[in-house]
Amino acid sequence: MFIPFLVVLIGVALWMVSVYNGLIGLRNQAQNAWTQIDVQLKRRHDLIPNLVNTVKGAMEYERGTMEAVIAARAKAMGAQGVKATAEAEGQLTQTLGKLVALMENYPDLKASTNVLQLQEELTSTENRIGFARQQYNDSATSYNTRQQQFPANLVAGMAGATPADLWVIADGAERAVPAVDLSLRLPGA
Amino acid sequence: MSDANLFAQQAANRRRSFWLVAGFLTLFAWVGFGGDYALYLLTAAGPRGAYHHVVPFIGLLTTTLAAGICAYAWKTGPRRVLLAAGAWEIVAPATPAQKQLDNVVEEMAIAAGLPKPTVWVVPDPDLNAFATGHDPMHASVAVTQGLLDTLDRDELQGVVAHEMSHIQNDDVKLMTLLAGMLGAVALLSDTMGRYLRSGGRVGVPSRGGRGGGKGGNSLGALLLVLWVFTLLIAPVVTRLLAMAVSRKREFLADATAAQFTRNPGALARALEKLDASAVGTRSITQGAAHLCIVDPAERKISDREGFLGDVFASHPPIRMRIARLRGMAFQEMKREGQSLPA
Repeated sequence: MFIPFLVVLIGVALWMVSVYNGLIGLRNQAQNAWTQIDVQLKRRHDLIPNLVNTVKGAMEYERGTMEAVIAARAKAMGAQGVKATAEAEGQLTQTLGKLVALMENYPDLKASTNVLQLQEELTSTENRIGFARQQYNDSATSYNTRQQQFPANLVAGMAGATPADLWVIADGAERAVPAVDLSLRLPGA
Repeated sequence: MSDANLFAQQAANRRRSFWLVAGFLTLFAWVGFGGDYALYLLTAAGPRGAYHHVVPFIGLLTTTLAAGICAYAWKTGPRRVLLAAGAWEIVAPATPAQKQLDNVVEEMAIAAGLPKPTVWVVPDPDLNAFATGHDPMHASVAVTQGLLDTLDRDELQGVVAHEMSHIQNDDVKLMTLLAGMLGAVALLSDTMGRYLRSGGRVGVPSRGGRGGGKGGNSLGALLLVLWVFTLLIAPVVTRLLAMAVSRKREFLADATAAQFTRNPGALARALEKLDASAVGTRSITQGAAHLCIVDPAERKISDREGFLGDVFASHPPIRMRIARLRGMAFQEMKREGQSLPA
């Protein structure tokens, strides 16, 4: 009578330990992914003064746009937490996009190697932020799913697990995941 | 790609690598010990005082050699593949094109959630790319100078994403092992074949032939024929194996690349440009063909569907790959409600 009870108790305890550790592992993954985003955001914030300084002479008439970029950058640098950061960085993306679009009107700028280099760096940084965000959202989603599933949710409170915020994109300009078809046939065949 | 799927891919590749090494050792053991046995049977009937092949030293030698080759192929494989292609590493990007390549590799490493692999350039005017390495944490990506000069940023990103997915799936481990072994088998077959042709028939005296009719001798002769046959066919079999493994991986790598970049159309355009360059990639030898994104020899066979192409091509028909990527791009556009470009 006593021994089966003990076996069940030990089984439950082992299961709780494994779920607990699994949750901690997932949380650390999500945190690590967030650090990756942070690295890329810092890169972006460092690039912007460079860009503005380079184009400011040629783009006298776009002073308003440039000031908007600087202001958005300052706001983004001060943002704390996923939601506020996502919003502020989204603002920065928009104003920066406007500035880059306006640069198209200045053929002299487009011919300068300095500007071309900066544009390549900017493109790469935007891509890196995008891919890092994908990674973060993926790992945050698996963390959230795990802690909400039954019966793991019973242990979630003990592990101090709370749902991680996802980085949600405000505008619909982002590219969607393409559907992947691995069957060995031609599409439409 | 979902984690479970990815782990399944990696596990499958580990399994394949294991069987590859096991098969390789068995082949060499057969070549060695089979030869020993044939010699034993052929010399057993000889008169007292003539040479009797008792100690199977050929077998011991070839098996040790095979183990050595495996270890060597494993240890130096990635570096040798790169050096054989004459590639040089981008340490500090000097030109805008190199900087762009370096950036794109970093971006794709982030998309794959892996450390950035080292970046190499093969000084060849043709368009091609390959990846090599021990595991996802220690890998290298190489592209040709022609590719760097021809593709635009999005297309380059697609090609690098394709290579990155080979790295993530652990394809590179298997492929690099195969490359090392291909070289070793070709060498073995050449050496032994030359040895046999030059009449180096150790201790198989013509007297043995006169004593024919005894069961041992005809079995020995049969074994000898089989043995020689193995030597002749081994390089072909290993090459076919390398091609079979590679062909299956290409579709998957294309699909994963599309997931990384979310831009299947760019990879399709890149493949079209790679297909359009009619010259072969001279810097990359046949021994490393299965590592590349497109067949460096530009052989006609790679364009064929059906049985012949299935057996002899190292890559699936490029048009089929392009068609699939286009299909993905089309679905994506449809979902976003865009119209088709004319």
